[in-house]
Amino acid sequence: MKISVVITLKKDVLDPQGKVIHQTLDGMGFEDINEVRQGKYFEIDTKENDKKKAEAKVDEMCKKLLTNLVIEDFKIIGSQ
Amino acid sequence: MHSSVITFPGSNCDRDVDVALKKFGFKNKMVWHDDVELPKSDLVVLPGGFSYGDYLRCGSMASKSKIMKSVLNFAQGGGKVMGICNGFQILVESGLLPGVLLRNKYLEFICKNVFVKVNNKDNSYFKDDKKDIYEFHIAHNEGNYFCSNEQIKEINDNNQIALFYSDENGNINEQSNPNGSLQNIAGVFNKQKNVLGMMPHPERMIDPALSGEDGSIFFENLINNLK
Repeated sequence: MKISVVITLKKDVLDPQGKVIHQTLDGMGFEDINEVRQGKYFEIDTKENDKKKAEAKVDEMCKKLLTNLVIEDFKIIGSQ
Repeated sequence: MHSSVITFPGSNCDRDVDVALKKFGFKNKMVWHDDVELPKSDLVVLPGGFSYGDYLRCGSMASKSKIMKSVLNFAQGGGKVMGICNGFQILVESGLLPGVLLRNKYLEFICKNVFVKVNNKDNSYFKDDKKDIYEFHIAHNEGNYFCSNEQIKEINDNNQIALFYSDENGNINEQSNPNGSLQNIAGVFNKQKNVLGMMPHPERMIDPALSGEDGSIFFENLINNLK
């Protein structure tokens, strides 16, 4: 089963890369952007076929390694 | 005094720290990240570098390596653990120190000498220190110290800030903050003050032929305090 996870910086954490991307897009003519936030995306292919169990394991992985909860949030966005 | 320096894949200041510790009288041993047990140590140093290529987040992989279980036990038992640069990043990722080190505010790798002001001398690292302001070297891309509002309150309440970025007269202001660190923080302690993490490299300032000798003062004082 493949679990997809998105990791984003928490709202109050400065994202200088997102800011620079925003400025560049703005300079390219995409002028109606309010904000850009950069994040990470993981696809974890696990042997577990039970959706609930697989998601619970990925939840644990996120808390223990994939995210730093001081600055980041994670969201499981898909399981197939 | 016995010390241990942990080498992770990608560490590149491990031998510099080894030279510095030996120069000031430590009997130092190099320890590989995949080892399980720490040799008898009065001080454990996590050196600078790019452990695991800075993959995922700086220090995140190294903080889960085999030897870190022993380092965590050692620190929780009151053992002195010092992390420099990437070592500091490993310590925050391991949970031994609060906060996190973000990408530098202006997205630049910074490599230069800076001044840092010692904030707390009531600990084994800076006790009886002759200096208040050190000139140390920094070389990092992710040194922008950050933590939550609750954490910064706790850090200040427990006097856990070790070093501030300052100017040469000790003024702590925005101009002397190289990387955007919260409150100009350059180094922090854990609550018990036996674990220290800092971005500056004292081991690069131990010889006049290099860039200065403020690191010599730091290491001399450190070994005297641990005796």
